[in-house]
Amino acid sequence: MTSALGSAPAGSGITPRSGGGNPDQPVRPHRKRWGRTARWIGWLWVLPALIMYGFFVLRPLAMTVQYSLYRWNGIGPARWVGFENYLTVFTDRDLLKIITNAFVLIIFFSFIPVLLGLLVASLVRRITTGPGGTLVRTVLFLPQVIPLVAAGIAWSWMLSSSGLVNQAMRAVGLDALTRSWLGEFTTALPAVGVIGTWVMLGLCTILLVTGMSKIDPSLYEAARMDGAGPIREFFAVTLPSLRQEIGVCLTVTIIAALASFDIVYISTSGGPGIQTTVPGLEIYRLAFSQRQVGLASALGVVLMLLVVLCVLPIQRLTRGEKA
Amino acid sequence: MPEFPTTFIRRRLALLAPLLGVSLAITACSAPGSEQTPTGDSDTPVSTELGTDPITLEMYAETGFPLAKALADEFTKQHPNVTFNIREDQFTVITENAPRVLASDNAPDIIRLPTMVDLVKDGLLKNLDPYFDAYGWDKFPASSLVQLRLTEGGAERGSGSLYGMGLGYSVTGVFYNKKQAQQIGMTQPPATIAEFEELLAKAKATNLQPIMQFNKNTAGINFPHQALQNHFGDPTQIADWIFQKQGATFDTPAALKATQTIQKWAQAGYFPKDANAIDYTAMMGEFQKGNGLFMFNGDWESANLDKNMAGEVGFFLFPGETADAKRVAMSAPNTFGVGARGKNADAAVFFLNWAHTNEKAREIAVQIGGSHPGGPADLPLPAVNEGTVLAETLKASQQLGADNGAVDFTANATGGIFASAITPEMQKLIAGQQTPEGYVKAVQAEYEKELSR
Repeated sequence: MTSALGSAPAGSGITPRSGGGNPDQPVRPHRKRWGRTARWIGWLWVLPALIMYGFFVLRPLAMTVQYSLYRWNGIGPARWVGFENYLTVFTDRDLLKIITNAFVLIIFFSFIPVLLGLLVASLVRRITTGPGGTLVRTVLFLPQVIPLVAAGIAWSWMLSSSGLVNQAMRAVGLDALTRSWLGEFTTALPAVGVIGTWVMLGLCTILLVTGMSKIDPSLYEAARMDGAGPIREFFAVTLPSLRQEIGVCLTVTIIAALASFDIVYISTSGGPGIQTTVPGLEIYRLAFSQRQVGLASALGVVLMLLVVLCVLPIQRLTRGEKA
Repeated sequence: MPEFPTTFIRRRLALLAPLLGVSLAITACSAPGSEQTPTGDSDTPVSTELGTDPITLEMYAETGFPLAKALADEFTKQHPNVTFNIREDQFTVITENAPRVLASDNAPDIIRLPTMVDLVKDGLLKNLDPYFDAYGWDKFPASSLVQLRLTEGGAERGSGSLYGMGLGYSVTGVFYNKKQAQQIGMTQPPATIAEFEELLAKAKATNLQPIMQFNKNTAGINFPHQALQNHFGDPTQIADWIFQKQGATFDTPAALKATQTIQKWAQAGYFPKDANAIDYTAMMGEFQKGNGLFMFNGDWESANLDKNMAGEVGFFLFPGETADAKRVAMSAPNTFGVGARGKNADAAVFFLNWAHTNEKAREIAVQIGGSHPGGPADLPLPAVNEGTVLAETLKASQQLGADNGAVDFTANATGGIFASAITPEMQKLIAGQQTPEGYVKAVQAEYEKELSR
């Protein structure tokens, strides 16, 4: 249906003009007209995609904003409540705690993977260019390929009270520290975070390794000639050159942290209490189990704004001075 | 170079802005939702004849509970002109989907129902009163259908028009591991709560897991909680609260005492230490592995336990404070309703009535569903093998019926109470993060919040 929508105006836009360009007409005006058309023809080419984008992204976005201003159960009549739902989002203690949880997850989904990624990338940089490079890259990237649901299930087994993590700890005499990592109030959120770290680390490392391979070797030579050691080298050459890659890593992982759903839903379902509930999970619960479509939409809009607020400064910081 | 991205973005925005504007304009014309009025179809004539025309009944049932499918197959065998198109989902998924599915153009004829209040408010369920008269369901024990009644517009449950029937009527209680019971010298089920607590202490002292109970995803410890609450006060108070009667509250001495007892049990280590990380499936697995003397659960597991732990499991209704106390337990129909927008209401109700009254259907309800088939009080119950859990749960169900002691689940009080209050607060309670007073108040606060919507 969409292709029909897309091709119809495109066809009707082009045919009459090309038909009008018959050989009897003077050349210059024809070219001029064609030039003007060419500018628009580009838009015609993207029109089908644009229509899809408008229908499946912008329209739902607009609808979400609209729903957020109503009290509605998804079926029956809706009642206009203005900004009341937003007031609830910013005053409800549980909802604030849930938003805070997402920010705690940023540490595990973004900061730790990027820092670890830098470390791992510096270490494996030389290996990845060698013969075993493909293998190393595959191993590092594997967590990205595994569906998050499968990762969540596997990790909830490993972190359970009789799981691999506790078995390993018992084997080395750390019996006193074993616990149900995902079931206890103090450890549940960090435990979920660790799963996120595992998933994100591969992505960050691969991006950073690729970035490092693009750095001009002469920069390192120059640094070494100036008497820089490996650490100085890292801070003076590697880190500044990776600015853009780090920016991409942070952007992607922060969005993953704030919009997390799969891992949390599978491993803890937001429990114990609301210790690991994140906005994505709460939006789903509010909309589909509690049938508060308005409040769920408001939380969704707030979440979107939070993502933009977190990601825009990073984009500016990492891209700004590049030119 | 720096010019390029900015102008590009600006241009892009210039194009997107009107698009967004147009979409906003399209959507903003009208408020979401429809002004549906509950369908007042209780006066339309109904038929109790199935006829011979081919009919396809659309059924929306619960995954993991084979009863509905088994009944459908048997029905088709007896009435070949009727076939079923069955869609299955997990119960939580049905709960989430029910309103939208029932409001859609191809709404199911028969649907496994979560809480019905919202659905009736939105006019999505067929009022079964005309069928009640036509089929003579007044011969059924009234108490078996009371949970399925709603007053006009779904304001209150427990009275008013009939909106569903049960495919099996479940009863809950305590399953126990016979071998372990013997080990701690339990020769017969406890007659009082005090006796039950003594057994828990003995099991703990013998290094057995006294109670195997799940508390992840949804609060399984709400089973023992309500079992206690049922006996610490007047059960009608609980029923009123569940039925959303005016002025009913969860903040009662009975609920508080039950919560305090649960806290005491948790502190004594009667529940698994990692109960908050054990979900329903894990609990069943552990219990069948022999980890756990007691398990609070319902008769829907009878057939399963008879198969996997044949002869090793017993069942009793949770006792009261005194040995002669009236028997009270959570018991609810496995509710099925008829979609108001479904196309074959007469045939759907014919099937529901058949499931209650046909001899073969009743046998299937017991053998496969593990539950009481309901139906007219004077119909005999299908025979079951002595010594099975099934025989014990069925007997318990009859005792409960005789004492008129069935209470619905507190988890069913409102659509969101289980997910948004009982589950998280119970998880906090057993981890020592919530006080009994705080628990009772938090559940009541969420209840009021939901009812005020």
